[in-house]
Amino acid sequence: MEISANTQAIAYLISAILFILALKGLTHPASARRGNYLGMAGMVIAIIATLFGNEVQSYGFIVVGVLVGALIGTVLASRVQMTAMPQLVAALHSFVGMAAVLVAIGTYLNHDAAGTLNTVMMGELSAGIIIGAITFSGSVVAFAKLQGLVSGAPVKFNGQHALNAAMGVATVAFGFHFGMTESMTSLILMTLLAFILGFTLIIPIGGADMPVIISMLNSYSGWAAAATGFTLGNLLLIIVGALVGFSGAILSFIMCRAMNRSIINVVFGGFGSDAGGEASAVGQAAEKGVKSASVDDAIYWMEDANKVIIVPGYGMAVAQAQHALKEMLELLEAKDVTVMFGIHPVAGRMPGHMNVLLAEADIPYDHVMEMDDVNSEFPTADVTLVVGANDVVNPAAKSDSSSPIYGMPILDAAKSRQVYFLKRSMNPGYSGVDNLLFYQDNTSLIFGDAKDTIEGMVSALKGGGH
Amino acid sequence: MPDTLVALYVFVLSCFIGYWVIWGVTPSLHTPLVALTNAISGIIIVGALLVTGLESAGTAAEIFGFIAVLLASINVFGGFLVTNRMLAMFKKKDK
Repeated sequence: MEISANTQAIAYLISAILFILALKGLTHPASARRGNYLGMAGMVIAIIATLFGNEVQSYGFIVVGVLVGALIGTVLASRVQMTAMPQLVAALHSFVGMAAVLVAIGTYLNHDAAGTLNTVMMGELSAGIIIGAITFSGSVVAFAKLQGLVSGAPVKFNGQHALNAAMGVATVAFGFHFGMTESMTSLILMTLLAFILGFTLIIPIGGADMPVIISMLNSYSGWAAAATGFTLGNLLLIIVGALVGFSGAILSFIMCRAMNRSIINVVFGGFGSDAGGEASAVGQAAEKGVKSASVDDAIYWMEDANKVIIVPGYGMAVAQAQHALKEMLELLEAKDVTVMFGIHPVAGRMPGHMNVLLAEADIPYDHVMEMDDVNSEFPTADVTLVVGANDVVNPAAKSDSSSPIYGMPILDAAKSRQVYFLKRSMNPGYSGVDNLLFYQDNTSLIFGDAKDTIEGMVSALKGGGH
Repeated sequence: MPDTLVALYVFVLSCFIGYWVIWGVTPSLHTPLVALTNAISGIIIVGALLVTGLESAGTAAEIFGFIAVLLASINVFGGFLVTNRMLAMFKKKDK
């Protein structure tokens, strides 16, 4: 069976609409699953329409490739831990990047054999290869940093940005040369340089900026697909590439805004590197010392509270404390305490990461609030419990103009009546900045493993109070 | 209008659609959004199929195409399934 080019074009259009509706479905958790199914339908239609089109004539490699890919993808998707979601996403980005490179080279080989190359096509091809290669090696670096295979610390050296700029210019120049002369050497050099460039662009970005890196590479993978669409003259690839490209770009913007930093600042420098001198306010506050408290102290306040806000950070996920928190949530609600979770946009290792981790622990999403909504709740909260978060509640972001995190929007935990910090040690957060909130009169620190501490609270609550 | 220009039209207009649709996504679903966009960027499989399935494709093109088909289908299956798995976890109270 074979379908006409027109039928195929209509099928692609339907597929594109389904993808748009799929993304639209994510407007609300209630419609999100349906959206995902629409996306699957769009993909099935696109693949079938392509297979039955007149360009595809041999199926052996295709069937094997799809089956093996399906098997690997299914195993990855069903086995991955929710804490490891950023790694999976980075790996998947790298696959899109590599696929874009391979498709572009394959297209070159096919057209070269048929003698149908032209300058515009070679230009588009070069764009696909460059973006795809950068996406691939950048994602590999991101994966290695997230997985702990290499240090998450930013790797910096003198002249780094000049070197990257020079390589960037050289890559584009080889691309032009290839487009003008069909020189195979230029094609190969361009491809190699682009792979290296992806690597050197991502190594100076620190582990703390992972949410931005993930979003950026998400965006690149979209542009890579769009460039492939231009090469092949395939409008569906162009549409989808633009959607994904913009999705990643908007997420990058949201993440940067949540840190009060520009994308340029994130891309060109690791966090904390430009911390200028001693922060005076922190120094003064430090002299006051910190108070530490026991589990029982915190429970004493929490069980008679009207409202308790929990601020989770990545430390919660590392300690695997979310399931114990769910139990605590139920026990407190049984005592008529209103409990809500406040999430900062950059909490966790990728956009929205905390929400997924809390959802995994069966914490209902209507208890989980975004920064702007929860900030109006803090002044009337009796207790705020900070679990594995740090910089995102640091009042220095508002009050200390010499602080590196000054200007970053924060969760106003400091405004609640009592603040309890669950901490392993006095080590500062990712940014390396001391937290002014530690020294506030209404703040106490509970030292220890977050999971053990919460479990202690749970058993104290079960014990029936004091 | 030449084909390349048509492609440019489609590209630019799609960027606008992307801009408006993505701003509507609730921040609590940003991780599923990344996973879903990952899955749909597996659409590059269409390109891979076109390269691999060409009757006149040489061995080298077939091998490159085969690897691309394999990688892209990991994206398609892994992306959609993991998105589904995550979205199934998002529950309201009293459920």
